[in-house]
Amino acid sequence: MPHLKAALSRTLQLLLVLWAVVTILFLMFRLMPGNPMAAYIDPTFTIEQQQALMAQFGLDKPLWEQYLIYVGNLLQGELGQSFRYREPVADRILALLPNTLILTFTSLIIAYVFGILAGAYLAWKRGGVVEHAAIPLVLTTRAMPEFWLGMVLLAVFSFNLGWFPAGGTRPAGANYDSLWALYTSRDFLTYLALPALTLAIYSQGLPLLLMRSNMLDVMKEDFVTMARIKGLSNWTVVVRHAARNALLPVMTSFAIAVGYQLQGNVVVESVFSWPGLGRELVNAVSASDYPLAQGAFLMIAVVVIVMNLIADLLYAFLDPRISHA
Amino acid sequence: MLDAAVERKPSLIGRLFRSLRLPLNEPFAVLGLLIYALFVLTAIFADQIAPYEPTEILFTPDYNLAADLRPGEDGYILGTTSLGRDIFSQIVHGSRSALLIGITAAFMVALIGSIVGLVSGYFRGWVDVILMRLADIAFGIPFLPFVIVLAAFLEPSIWNVVIAMALVLWRDTARVIRSQVLTLRSRGYVDAARVAGSSDLKIILRHIAPNILPLSFLYGSIAIGWAILTEASISFLGFGDPQSISWGYMLQDAFASQALAKQAYYWFVPPGFCIILVVSAGFFITRGYENILFPKLGR
Repeated sequence: MPHLKAALSRTLQLLLVLWAVVTILFLMFRLMPGNPMAAYIDPTFTIEQQQALMAQFGLDKPLWEQYLIYVGNLLQGELGQSFRYREPVADRILALLPNTLILTFTSLIIAYVFGILAGAYLAWKRGGVVEHAAIPLVLTTRAMPEFWLGMVLLAVFSFNLGWFPAGGTRPAGANYDSLWALYTSRDFLTYLALPALTLAIYSQGLPLLLMRSNMLDVMKEDFVTMARIKGLSNWTVVVRHAARNALLPVMTSFAIAVGYQLQGNVVVESVFSWPGLGRELVNAVSASDYPLAQGAFLMIAVVVIVMNLIADLLYAFLDPRISHA
Repeated sequence: MLDAAVERKPSLIGRLFRSLRLPLNEPFAVLGLLIYALFVLTAIFADQIAPYEPTEILFTPDYNLAADLRPGEDGYILGTTSLGRDIFSQIVHGSRSALLIGITAAFMVALIGSIVGLVSGYFRGWVDVILMRLADIAFGIPFLPFVIVLAAFLEPSIWNVVIAMALVLWRDTARVIRSQVLTLRSRGYVDAARVAGSSDLKIILRHIAPNILPLSFLYGSIAIGWAILTEASISFLGFGDPQSISWGYMLQDAFASQALAKQAYYWFVPPGFCIILVVSAGFFITRGYENILFPKLGR
């Protein structure tokens, strides 16, 4: 099983990268200017709390010992106490993760459905007026600052037309029995619409351009020529033969796009006051809530790394011609 | 004597320019280069073009604060901010920090990426293994969160973005250049140079580096866009340098001053347009290059 061996070595590499990122994070938060204790202890904590944290993270011990304790704590999911919320960082992050994932996946699914269809269409109509106008337009959407696009959409659709609320996930004072009730409510959709649209407009460029160039490549291949010779209609050739094969690499890019999207979320969540990981990271850094900032950063990094691995494995799995040599 | 030598061999700058292989017959690439030229000129002559100092607080003739004026009112081309500053002057001066960050960051990314790619691809072996594992690690670091954390620990400065890009974003350039070097080093003329007794350094500098220069330039022009977008995001989130007027700072200022609710499009639309223009100029140049370097793509 060459696949299994490759997957195993890839996974080992992932662990190496994960370890390196964890170490960089440790060094960044300990060696940067300022009090090293500040990474875990807020001056307003009570003496007992301070001592408990000192012992838990070994803050009075030498750096290498602190490092071992830090890694040990991480392995148990222990990320420390948030200064502002007075609750474990891990709880806080797990509470915010669903919001970020919903926003990310909604926008990416919209972006991919649109991008794949439009990309296939542009490849079909290659060399035409539509294509000459569309490609620069798509490149322009990639050049937009995401938060600026969010600002413009907010100004037009929220402040001017009043179609959508200006930020958050629920009307002021609204309470729901469970998270599930919130996520399935109609209100939630109106709150989700603008941030998801913002991210989708930015993200559709990647699948669109990929789909288009893959289609152009595939259409030159022998089996497509063969299908044409067989006298199949243009539609059948393009959709049944070319598009299906061009789709595979685009689907793999979805995993990578999730990782990129999480980084873009940082600004877009801030524009729309969307209570997700990215906005929390920004707020935590601004408020010097270091444990929370570390935790949010680590969570984003883990998703990015895992998604990179999934993309790698999918790519090899879907296209056996890729070798792992 | 000197003249003859110059005639026979084009100057170093001339040769460098030629080995960049600027895609001058691609209309899009030319458009991109023209946009760059426009912004460079604006940045150089900012003091002459801008009617006011970008941070100067202005007053109306009847001694009121010239705040939130619409475009054209009292002669302010794009109106004024809530603090009574001239928006047009801020836009003009913003081109300075954008180009400063863009060009230095692009230079760092292209330089580090090219050196890593050259060394990794040419020497192979354990050097290659170590450098490429480092690239893997750099790929595992979420870039924007990294810049935010870095900016929080360092003094607020426009250089934080450049430092972060130099630390993380060399990875893409390095990987591509490495694979290019891997094919170049097995070419006949490289073998010939080696047999003729050229040192490794000489082979790299004379025979391989000139061939990857267009690729470095290509990734450099992408990096200019990335740097400007990143600086804008960082300033927007409030981690920028409050002393320097950048387009990102303007957007943050507008957002924080309720420009959206006031429907002050004249305030927050122009900085966004400028960012889009400069960044997409980089993309257009990139596409022109791709058609030259990888003729199969995009056709």
